[in-house]
Amino acid sequence: MSELPKTPLLDELEKGPWPSFVTEIKKAAKKNLMAKDELAQLEKSYTDKRGYWKHGGIVGVRGYGAGVIGRYSSLPDQFPNVANFHTVRINSIAGFFYTSDAIKMMCDIWDKYGSGLTNFHGSTGDIILLGTNTENLEPLFAEFSSRGWDLGGSGSAMRTPSCCVGPARCEWSNIDTLDITYSITQEFQDELHRPAFPYKFKFKTAGCAVDCIASIARADCSIIGTWKGNIAIDQDAVKWYEKNGMNIQEEIVNRCPTKCMSYDGKTLKINDEDCSRCMHCIAKMTKALKPTGERGATILIGSKAPFVIGATLSWVIIPFMKMEPPYTELKEFTRKVWEYWDEYGKNRERIGELIIRRGMRDFLEYVGIQPDPRMVKEPRRDPFYFWKEEELVPNSKL
Amino acid sequence: MAAPQRRTDIGPPHYKDFLPPVIQKNYGNWKYHEILEPGVMVHVANSGDKIWSVRVASPRLLSTDTLRDIADIAAKYCGGYLRFTTRNNIEFLVSDEKNLNPLKEELKKKGYMMGGIGPRVSNIVHTQGWIHCHSAASDASGLVKVLMDEFAEYFTKKELPNRVRLAVACCTNMCGAVHCSDIAIVAVHRKIPQIDHEKVPNMCEIPSTIAACPTGAISPDPAKKSVKIKEDKCMYCGNCFTVCPPMEIHDPEYDGVAIVAGGKVGNLRTPPKFSKLVVPFIKNNPPRWPEVVDAVKKILNAYEKGAMKHERVGEWIERIGWEKFFKVTGLPFTHQHIDDFLIARETFRTSAAFKW
Repeated sequence: MSELPKTPLLDELEKGPWPSFVTEIKKAAKKNLMAKDELAQLEKSYTDKRGYWKHGGIVGVRGYGAGVIGRYSSLPDQFPNVANFHTVRINSIAGFFYTSDAIKMMCDIWDKYGSGLTNFHGSTGDIILLGTNTENLEPLFAEFSSRGWDLGGSGSAMRTPSCCVGPARCEWSNIDTLDITYSITQEFQDELHRPAFPYKFKFKTAGCAVDCIASIARADCSIIGTWKGNIAIDQDAVKWYEKNGMNIQEEIVNRCPTKCMSYDGKTLKINDEDCSRCMHCIAKMTKALKPTGERGATILIGSKAPFVIGATLSWVIIPFMKMEPPYTELKEFTRKVWEYWDEYGKNRERIGELIIRRGMRDFLEYVGIQPDPRMVKEPRRDPFYFWKEEELVPNSKL
Repeated sequence: MAAPQRRTDIGPPHYKDFLPPVIQKNYGNWKYHEILEPGVMVHVANSGDKIWSVRVASPRLLSTDTLRDIADIAAKYCGGYLRFTTRNNIEFLVSDEKNLNPLKEELKKKGYMMGGIGPRVSNIVHTQGWIHCHSAASDASGLVKVLMDEFAEYFTKKELPNRVRLAVACCTNMCGAVHCSDIAIVAVHRKIPQIDHEKVPNMCEIPSTIAACPTGAISPDPAKKSVKIKEDKCMYCGNCFTVCPPMEIHDPEYDGVAIVAGGKVGNLRTPPKFSKLVVPFIKNNPPRWPEVVDAVKKILNAYEKGAMKHERVGEWIERIGWEKFFKVTGLPFTHQHIDDFLIARETFRTSAAFKW
């Protein structure tokens, strides 16, 4: 392999303690022409302060409309090896667990058919194979799929669902986030591989309200574990935290948003009826406090980045849903939501934008859910609102 | 040699095949965890079994060489089991305590950086940038590198009042969770798109191009079979460019980054919050963006000094008030900070109580 291109600007990003992405690209560029041209084009971007990638073009594997994102250099004469340089998304393992053998298997295939550059992981949670030429796509897919691995989502499709580490390694998880993620991924394979929606649809599942997967900020459907019972208190463990330097009154009791806790120096008390399950006390005193009773999830809908109506956070649609395999209620609800979106959604309109446009009542009635105060921060302020004909009963007392 | 037989619609492999035996045995039965070091924690199961997780920094963009190296390390000390965190760190999963110190030694020797657990700066969630994206107004990986070089000590050892979640998005499409991060960088444009009227009729769907504009600045131009932009209504978001590539919005002279702060996704103590604008614009200055690093440092230092224990950046700002935030950080407050888009009236101060 020939020498690496001169990259004086990028070389500056090999300095300093944090691991360098430039070093990674150089490692690949030493043995791969695509990675070498990627490196050279990136140096030009740093010089000219602009990107040189073009989007668009239908590109993918036979029978799928998703999983490959077409990418082309806008300077193909200068960088011929990345003239077409597409991203391939591989559906990751729920909880992002891997084995050494699986990682090495992927490396062997990717060195043969691609740039040798990856992301673990992309923002949505796919394994990103960062760049290969069009002719490599089919053999690459055959290598992966014959070994039991499939592509992830892209475009106006269901995107690869992802989740927090959940019950695999966390004591706070109220639901089996990995199993829910695996189950909906398998259930909706067609929706994942063949874009048929008005726009993208993301699922993210978090085991509790700490929300380590940021589901409430970036999923069209956010599934967040919760419980209905009391918080069990181990008073000896409370003492252990105090002995180890925690100021129980200041750090726990005073920070409780609902003021449902008290501590007299001996006994920690919780008025469970007033607890909103925010997770602060449990997260700070994990040895001492445990949720008890019925477990399930809150289903929220609608979060997305700013385009077009400004950023949104997901809001509560179903305050509590039991979450047991095969998750029939969740799957039926999902199908109903997609049916509504299919019926009324405009091109490139996310489900949350559609609900805001048509109103919560329209949506709730369609999916068959009764209004609940847990769906809102506060009731409306203005005194004008819709009534339906059937609500106006002549000579009624109401 | 012919390629093997392809299969479709099989989905990913089952997660159970990738869980270490101690996790399979204690799945859903964990009792508590303790942070032993900034990069090491132990989870203890109700059965008494333990698993140690050793977290190391990753640039997210990994070569197959590096992936093979971490796979070898996991094979040597972790029975071949490892995972990635939602913030792109690598976690080595140690089931046998006697492998813990040798693993740490080897990681240190090979230059891997352990840390990121607890009330610290963890890895920066970020987007593709100039490396592979058509709409990037700045480079995400470069910004991440220079910021984490600066804050490396907050990853490897120093504690903060609470965890600080940083994010970088290379355009306002925001593929990262920038809009709900403690401190985040988002790349922005400042000039209206240049329309190539020759190409628009062939490459673009006019109605969806018009619908892509959040401010209604785009209207049809029937004579040219193209579109026109009402200049005083355009906020340079770039959404039209994504729908219609011949509406070129990149302008190296005027592109750069904004800084937002005070967002969070967890529900602990206070509800999830959006990030708010704190620095409207800093010009792109690659390769090391010193002005961006300096501004983020001002915010982080003021937070470290002023926040109470357990307060996130957004909670600290809400307690002290935005007027005090701008005072203690020394960041200027400008016209751009006052919303004139969709939720403007919700953000105006409708109270006579504030600080000097």
